[in-house]
Amino acid sequence: MINLPESELNAAFVGSEPMVLGEPNFWRRAGRSLLHDPIAVCSFAFIALLAVAAVFAPLIAPFNPLHEFSNGLSFQGAPVAPNGHFLLGTDASGRDVLSRLIYGARVSLMVGVVATGLASLIGVVIGTVSGYVGGVTESILMRFTDMVLSFPILLFCVALIAVTGPSTRNVVLVIAFAYWTYLARVVRGQVLSLKEREFVTAARTLGVGHLKIIRKHIMPHLLPTIIVYGTLGVATSILIEASLSFLGIGVPLPQASWGEMISEGQQYFQVAPWLLIAPGVVLILTVLAFNLAGDWLTDLLDPASRDMGR
Amino acid sequence: MTSPTSTTLVDVRDLNVYFRVRRGLAASRSIKAVDGVSFELSPGQTLGIAGESGSGKSTVARTLVQIIRPTAGTISLDGEVVTNLKGSRLRQYRRRMQMVYQDPYDSLDPRMMIREAIGEALAVRGLAKSQHKDEVHQLLHRVNLPASVATRYPGQLSGGQRQRVSIARALAVKPEVIICDEAVAALDVSIRAQVLNLLKDIQRDTGVGYLFISHDLSTLRFMADHVAVMYVGRIVEYGTSDEVFANPLHPYTRALISAVPSVTSRGQLRLKLSGEPPDPGNPPSGCPFNPRCPEAIDECRRERPELLMTSSGQRVACHVVSARQHRESAKESA
Amino acid sequence: MTGWLVRRTLQMLLVVFGVVTLAFVFAYIVPANPARMVAGPQASPAAVASIARQLGLDRSVWSQYLSFIGRLLHGNLGVSFALEGRTVASEIRGALPYTAVLAVGGIIWEIVIGIPAGIIAAYRPKSFIDRFATIGALCGLSAPPFWLGLMLIYFLAYKVSLFPINGVGHPLIWYMILPSFTLGIGGAAFYSRMVRTTVLQVLSSPFVEFARLKGMPERTILFRHVMRHALTPVITMLGMDLGYFLGGVLIIESIFGIPGVGQLAYNSISTLDVPMITGTVLVAAVFMVVMSFVVDVTYTFIDPRVRLKRAK
Repeated sequence: MINLPESELNAAFVGSEPMVLGEPNFWRRAGRSLLHDPIAVCSFAFIALLAVAAVFAPLIAPFNPLHEFSNGLSFQGAPVAPNGHFLLGTDASGRDVLSRLIYGARVSLMVGVVATGLASLIGVVIGTVSGYVGGVTESILMRFTDMVLSFPILLFCVALIAVTGPSTRNVVLVIAFAYWTYLARVVRGQVLSLKEREFVTAARTLGVGHLKIIRKHIMPHLLPTIIVYGTLGVATSILIEASLSFLGIGVPLPQASWGEMISEGQQYFQVAPWLLIAPGVVLILTVLAFNLAGDWLTDLLDPASRDMGR
Repeated sequence: MTSPTSTTLVDVRDLNVYFRVRRGLAASRSIKAVDGVSFELSPGQTLGIAGESGSGKSTVARTLVQIIRPTAGTISLDGEVVTNLKGSRLRQYRRRMQMVYQDPYDSLDPRMMIREAIGEALAVRGLAKSQHKDEVHQLLHRVNLPASVATRYPGQLSGGQRQRVSIARALAVKPEVIICDEAVAALDVSIRAQVLNLLKDIQRDTGVGYLFISHDLSTLRFMADHVAVMYVGRIVEYGTSDEVFANPLHPYTRALISAVPSVTSRGQLRLKLSGEPPDPGNPPSGCPFNPRCPEAIDECRRERPELLMTSSGQRVACHVVSARQHRESAKESA
Repeated sequence: MTGWLVRRTLQMLLVVFGVVTLAFVFAYIVPANPARMVAGPQASPAAVASIARQLGLDRSVWSQYLSFIGRLLHGNLGVSFALEGRTVASEIRGALPYTAVLAVGGIIWEIVIGIPAGIIAAYRPKSFIDRFATIGALCGLSAPPFWLGLMLIYFLAYKVSLFPINGVGHPLIWYMILPSFTLGIGGAAFYSRMVRTTVLQVLSSPFVEFARLKGMPERTILFRHVMRHALTPVITMLGMDLGYFLGGVLIIESIFGIPGVGQLAYNSISTLDVPMITGTVLVAAVFMVVMSFVVDVTYTFIDPRVRLKRAK
């Protein structure tokens, strides 16, 4: 019998297949791929920046976001334009815009991450159960998912907030309750096809129990999808939170939220355009960063889903 | 049919596997993937199942490991009836009959290290985690792979190596029977020989029985002690390997064998097989082979032939052969 | 084929039913005091009590549910307390035409910008146009519609009086241009990327290569082969978008002062006019379900593979 020498084993199959998390070379290859892509680097850097701003807001922000400065308003009581003191100017109540932006990052990121995390949990569980068990359970769960999906997401959130009352907690819950459906459908589809893969059949033939099969064979294959949809979910959640705050039913005042700042800026755009531009730009950059990061992650982990409209 | 002896390992009787297909609001149709199949496997022996795609051979394999439930019929392992087991009894049964699959890549989880894949089988066997490492190395050694393979992923191995890992994994639960479903079909010919020799070695050492499924007759000739030829869900010829290859009786078997290129067949008449295997959902009436059979007679179109024993000890399902046998025995007794 | 059609219709009705039920649960079961929600925060306790009786809140959940369904079947979506007792149904009916025009406008922008952009980018990959289109698409995807709308108003309607600032008037089209553009640009961005990917795939496929070798002019290849492949997924999603838009796009209508269904919903938020909110949400969801059904059926005619599969 011929035994292949070590070197042969190494040379074989440096795959063009999607990289496997946990493979010995994975992090190195991922890192190299990242460095070749300046846009992805910028996106992750921006996200990191946001995270830092969110966590260390009290240390970074120049002023207290809630404080209404007396020198924040001009003689006529109008907001002050950006200057050396207030780097991005002040708003209609004399509060520092920059500080409010930084604290707003805290709100947006927190809502985005928590809501998406919750939605992912619910979506993965429901998707996996319906895909794996099949039968009547699957039909019921999927019909329910379809029903929730029929509601336009923003309108749905609006209606739920109207019924439950505007608060940060409700915003998170409402977004999670709207978003899990997307994950559930995708996960179910994946589980359906994973179920038929030969290694799952092999595991069943070995006599491995169902729960173990789900844990060891199916979940790890779902991880890329979860990561990708999670990243995009944060982008979506942030947008919805901003929209809700814009409408006045999101994060309650006087907490700073980008959406609310835009809503306020809307009234003053003739006098103080920076009130509208600053939060808008930050919002766009944030959503863009998460979208681009999600794109890069898709290319890395799950290239096959690239053309499926997300 | 011979009655199952006490030394029979696997005994399959009248296995039927029908699939229902719904056509909208119309009545559903049955696809008879496996239609009345019976065979035996003795310990330490290899039964080869030959046939083209659609013959039902893979369905038989999957039914034996209970991935597919049979519609009718019995499967016995070591004298114990094991059809339609459920729950913990099913799990116990599963360890005794294992399978090696055709696709070397997909049958191993690409995200699991080799030692984890084999370890999974060891866990089923009940082996303590602390002993896994040694056992994995032993198994790898048994299939002639270096211990360093244990920490690799399937994507880093070649097709032949992966199949050996699959064999190691199957051996890990110490089964009584291993079903090889086109286990070498996807491998290069040179690697094929290595793997087949490995399988024979293992059989010699452990006494495990093989059910070897293949469309490639030369492989079967090498591996099998007995051969069953399947066509559209039925066995059309059954006998020892020597008998079937030296003296094929059924027209289908004869055509298959003559299609195998061999160094000595220069100048011999090749029986050409025209047409294609029929749709299993809509087989021809009577003998399913009759539209393509060069020797078909009237009866072949009307009535389905039974698998009958010939004077030489082979079993064939063919009216023409049976008729010929009758004539010869009539001649002898005359 | 009829078999599939019947099943699909039944499925649609089932989902509509489920949507209605969900709306019921959220309007009447979830809130602590549904009668108060229906009557409004200003209503007197006597009014609240009478509403409670009307809705049968003292009866069992099941009979409440049945009377809810009954009211719906009569076209009774409830009464809006904020609008001095005008019925929700009549308000929605009045607002719907504006929303419809806006919705169709949005779809038109999506088609007119998204598809050509995607095709051009695919035909000149990695070129300046491609990169520009990609960046534009990404911005369009990430820009919140409300902000974009406000920017457009500021620059194109206020600074430069090119378009009216808001509201509706004559000619309606003129007033609809900015809002429908804001509505459609997000989708246009998405489609341009999707079309680009699909067209790139088709262009590198063997049968396009063969067509070129045959000497088929590029333009024919484009219209006969490429478009068909690129457009099939787009058409599905356009249908879904239409359903979504018809539900009333809250924010855009409110920014641009368009008296559509979304505006109704928006106004009802601040007053917490639950009957109106429930009504608009219900109507929106039903539109989505119906459009999804229409899209499915249309798909059968467009894609022969699907047609054959469904005819089984």
